[in-house]
Amino acid sequence: MSQPIIEVHGLSKCYQLGAIGATSLRDEAAAFIQKLKGRAPKVDKREFWALRDVSFDIHPGEVVGFIGRNGAGKSTLLKLLSRITEPTKGHAIMRGRVASLLEVGTGFHPELSGRDNVYLNGAILGMTRAEVRAKFDEIVSFAEIEQFIDTPVKRYSSGMYVRLAFAVAAHLEPEILIVDEVLAVGDAQFQKKCLGKMRSVSSNGRTVLFVSHNMGVVANLCSRAIMLSGGTKVADGAPEHIVERYIADHEESVAEVTWARDNPAAGTRRMRLCSARLRSDGEIRTQVEIDRPVELEYEFELLDHRQMATSNIQVSDKHGVLVFSSSPPSLELEPGVYRHRVEFPADFFNDGLYSITIMLLANVTLHEVVVRDAIVFAVHETGAGREQYGGAISGCLRPKLKWHASPVSVPGI
Amino acid sequence: MKHSQTETVVEPTGGWRFLDWRELWAYRDLLWLLVWRDFVARYKQTILGPLWFIVQPLLTTLVFTMVFNRFAKIPTSGIAPVLFYQCGLLGWNYFAQTFQSTATTLTSNASLFGKVYFPRLIIPIAGVVSNLTAFAIQLLTFGVIYVIFALMPDGLGAAHVGWDIVLLPLVVLQIGLFSLGAGLWLAALTAKFRDFVVLATFLVQLWMYATPVIYPLEQVPAHWRTLVALNPMTMPVECLRHMLLGTGSVGPHLLMLSLGMTLLTVVSGIFMFKRVEKSFVDII
Repeated sequence: MSQPIIEVHGLSKCYQLGAIGATSLRDEAAAFIQKLKGRAPKVDKREFWALRDVSFDIHPGEVVGFIGRNGAGKSTLLKLLSRITEPTKGHAIMRGRVASLLEVGTGFHPELSGRDNVYLNGAILGMTRAEVRAKFDEIVSFAEIEQFIDTPVKRYSSGMYVRLAFAVAAHLEPEILIVDEVLAVGDAQFQKKCLGKMRSVSSNGRTVLFVSHNMGVVANLCSRAIMLSGGTKVADGAPEHIVERYIADHEESVAEVTWARDNPAAGTRRMRLCSARLRSDGEIRTQVEIDRPVELEYEFELLDHRQMATSNIQVSDKHGVLVFSSSPPSLELEPGVYRHRVEFPADFFNDGLYSITIMLLANVTLHEVVVRDAIVFAVHETGAGREQYGGAISGCLRPKLKWHASPVSVPGI
Repeated sequence: MKHSQTETVVEPTGGWRFLDWRELWAYRDLLWLLVWRDFVARYKQTILGPLWFIVQPLLTTLVFTMVFNRFAKIPTSGIAPVLFYQCGLLGWNYFAQTFQSTATTLTSNASLFGKVYFPRLIIPIAGVVSNLTAFAIQLLTFGVIYVIFALMPDGLGAAHVGWDIVLLPLVVLQIGLFSLGAGLWLAALTAKFRDFVVLATFLVQLWMYATPVIYPLEQVPAHWRTLVALNPMTMPVECLRHMLLGTGSVGPHLLMLSLGMTLLTVVSGIFMFKRVEKSFVDII
């Protein structure tokens, strides 16, 4: 085989917990005085290895999907390969131009027109003006916003905004493309188009690294999958096998979680998710019965100042398909801890595995905190309502609906 | 498929690093687009945007004239106070704006830096360039006031524009470099200590009194002048005065001192900034 386009050797990243965040001069001075007095300063030296000793080689033209639960190290790995932060140990060699797409619309300026933002965003992603100019018409027609290209993007609908942003990124021509979960945006039709674009990128011999929670996409699009868990590589191989293993690992469901105060995956300086749990019949459980109601409850903390805030949940099935989302109304909240509770009725879910993503929203629409698959639970059949049929009942949900059956014309009677 | 020879190595880098000129050059288009974005965003939405750069120095000049000239009776080298202060503020405001925009580089672009890689220095350098528009507007205002005074009988007094005005771009370059250097120092410190954000504003206020903006350098006792010229902003302000008004004390050894301090600040500032930029996103 040819020389690998990406070589990763023992890549590790360590974060200092407790020491996260800029300190104030006063704290530092206090610590210094303690030191002078001969007392050891009370420094929190807990370490958190977000990534530990990960190695792999990737060859040109491979499309590699990275899967794993929250905190498995996927995002950290992509950040390191995108050069946003430096590894603590190990190294990676990338032979070719790298473009990374960790967020859609990075650097978009609301006052500028669509046209201006295409150039600006292209330059931020590493394109020259000449390259953008050459691709400009293609980008605009891909985004389907020809008539609004000279309108400031602050007047765009969120769909238009996302389409334009993805279109710019999709027309980068790097040898290595790094993509983080950006396909989870836009409507279904546009998502399809994006997937088609990614496929054609890889069929041109370019290499794609890709993080997704959508197992269907990983299995379909990728030629290889790497599974991370707790910051280490636990499996590497054909996507079907890795996806199977991922789903099997998910069987260890999560019914109750508490997040540490300084866990960057569950909070920002403005809001944080404290804990979440799933109950059925008054008990915390991961396995619930199909004909019992289920109750989800979580607490979050508003940290900085009074603002409009709420939460939102997204319930996905075992294939990562979003089944529905739901949200209580936004309220003007003072800093403090709040609890949200929601009840799912009995005879509502189908049997199988579901995962719940919890989001905290500031100012109605800003996704301040997103904790994917915070709660994972399994719904089990009890045989109720089954009658004689023994096969699988398909569908994302299996609601018990009110049926009316009545004869209209029956000649025999 | 194009074949590029670029090879990127991701690894922990220890020690001190200086500029990667080749990389900065590769991102020159981004630099111009950012300058242009600042320009459009600043001037597109408000009518007051560009007007502000005329009004603000004019009001400051007016206050200075009242307080420092009328009340405190600080002499202005025989030049009309309005011209004197307006000229002093020309260089000073360019410094103050660029210094502050550079100092907040890391904190105000944190979300951008957390999502995409490009040489971080592009942002402050773009600030140095885009603040030139405000400088140009102010220079134009100065020109208009100068003409008004020239039309009045004996309005200009001893003031005259010198031949050395052709060197004005070099003075502006020095101010730009020094603002960048000093701003980068503060940006690096801000990444570690949040307190320095507040300090930046305060520092600029104090610094102005250490610079001959409201007084001419010739008013400073001779044995103190070298000390005042250690402040790299002293010479540029005096130079501008010499070019535009024909006063101001500029000497070769003071100039060398000022240039030396400027270079020292900008080189050490870049080293400091390069040291924090690589791990900055981890601590925000």
